[in-house]
Amino acid sequence: MKEVPDAAVQKRIDASTMRLDRSGEKNLNPFDTHGIEAAMQIREGGAVEVDEIVAVTMGPESAVRALHKAVALGADRSVHLTDQELAGSDVCATGYALAKTLESEQPDLVLLGQQSDDGECYTIGAVVADHLKMPSLTQVIKIDISDGKLVCERQAEYGYDTVEVQLPAVISVGDAINEPRYPSLKAIMGAKKKPLETYATSDVGIEADSVGETGSKTQVLAVNPPPEKEAGEIIEDEDTNETVEKIVAWLDERKLI
Amino acid sequence: MAGILVYALHDDEGNFNKNSLGAISEAAKLAGELGTEAAAVVVGEVGDEACAALGAYGAGKVYRAKAAPEGLAQPVVDVMAKVIANEGFSYALFGGGLLGFEIGAGLTARLNAGVTMEVTEVKAQDGKLVAERPVLQDSAIVDVGYVGDPGIIIGRLNAFDATERDGGSAEVVDVEVELSEWSTKATMVNRGEQRGADVNIEDAEILVGGGRGLGEAANFKLAEELAAALGGAVAATRAVVDAGWYPYAAQIGQTGKTVAPKLYLAAGISGAIQHKVGMQSSENILAINKDQNAPIFEFCDLGVVGDLHKILPKLTEAIKAKKSG
Repeated sequence: MKEVPDAAVQKRIDASTMRLDRSGEKNLNPFDTHGIEAAMQIREGGAVEVDEIVAVTMGPESAVRALHKAVALGADRSVHLTDQELAGSDVCATGYALAKTLESEQPDLVLLGQQSDDGECYTIGAVVADHLKMPSLTQVIKIDISDGKLVCERQAEYGYDTVEVQLPAVISVGDAINEPRYPSLKAIMGAKKKPLETYATSDVGIEADSVGETGSKTQVLAVNPPPEKEAGEIIEDEDTNETVEKIVAWLDERKLI
Repeated sequence: MAGILVYALHDDEGNFNKNSLGAISEAAKLAGELGTEAAAVVVGEVGDEACAALGAYGAGKVYRAKAAPEGLAQPVVDVMAKVIANEGFSYALFGGGLLGFEIGAGLTARLNAGVTMEVTEVKAQDGKLVAERPVLQDSAIVDVGYVGDPGIIIGRLNAFDATERDGGSAEVVDVEVELSEWSTKATMVNRGEQRGADVNIEDAEILVGGGRGLGEAANFKLAEELAAALGGAVAATRAVVDAGWYPYAAQIGQTGKTVAPKLYLAAGISGAIQHKVGMQSSENILAINKDQNAPIFEFCDLGVVGDLHKILPKLTEAIKAKKSG
């Protein structure tokens, strides 16, 4: 799970730290809710017995709220890795830290959303998988379970692939895999009472010099504005007949009709 | 050697992927600037001639691992990690597309190396490579440098053009690799299945693209009627294709087709980056979406904030009337 700035928040990079400015309203990464839903459906499907669903995140103190939401959506308990030393971790360091945290849980299946709403990296699942020495697949849109194996579908360069994956495994799911359910009021109210473990880096054997800015292998050298592009015209549809007239005139002007 | 290593993806007939060829061309150009060489990795049973032909795009050597299966990321990570360990490459470069992301990410973990994804441009600076990556829905561009070797660069779809040069043929070197235990635990059952009828959206001069904002599969008829009135074809986003609303053959974006029509009319499409890369070269982009915060409004030429269920039918009628009048 990841805590990300809310969709309505204007995102910007803090020029002094070269990191994403994380002030403002935050929320559970919407892509991750598909991961929880996939876990719930596997449990409800009955093809395998699921002992428990654990929501795991790495992030500052405030990320607890994302975990509460994950629990409200169906997780049984949650794990929060939080430590000042982790601040500024790049993909390489984040994947390592998450893998160490997951290692202590010994999961049979690790599910992730295909991307975070802020970093848009698409890569953490595959990084975690290699550290855990587990098979992995990303952007999966269908999971079936038979004989303790996963049969996954995903779209790749040449069309749809069907891939059989042995457990334990790491799977990143695409947002078309399911429609996440809404949490019940009772689940929301009860979320804060579910078990939550908080770990510092040393609790899960993370080497301090492998995370944070020291452990990161990339360096942001500069942040620049994108090349100027003339902004297009935006119209609000108040009177549809008028709007349509404007569109037709615009098409006509460009010799498109 | 401190060169640049590229993974060359191919289909089951052995045809190399356009984005991979673009990555080789880019690597060759950058290697020239750094005074080093570009090479490629190929997995699966690809013939000597096809491998050697990658020389035309600038690969000096092609490392071929016949025993590794094509189409899955982790076996390629095994191969590339071994080639990098043996030959000492300073950078691994991937063209856009899903597998490059997966392989690049796996290599990052395996080699404890820095990675940058969605890269649109790479520069040689003081003898090193710096990757440019647009972030926050393209509202800023960060320059990323690497600490230590190798640096891993994953391109955005179509970021690098495939250019044939007067190159000779590449030297083909077979590599034997013992696959890691975990990479043998995923097996391809069926690769590249096509779903739905063929629609030739790449040739259409006018495209009406439909997204989630259409609400349900049945509403695609609104897009079809409008496309018919305009004399164009219908395209779709990945989300609606995955949801089964429209055939894969009509999909635009990261894992679909790339188009550049005279008019792209985006109906109910938010304009997420995966879609944007497939249609941003369109000459005129007209977007209709009820969400005024949709990213597509930041790069369209005409944006209409409104309910497409009200607008589309009237627009279709108006265009028909205009054409017959």
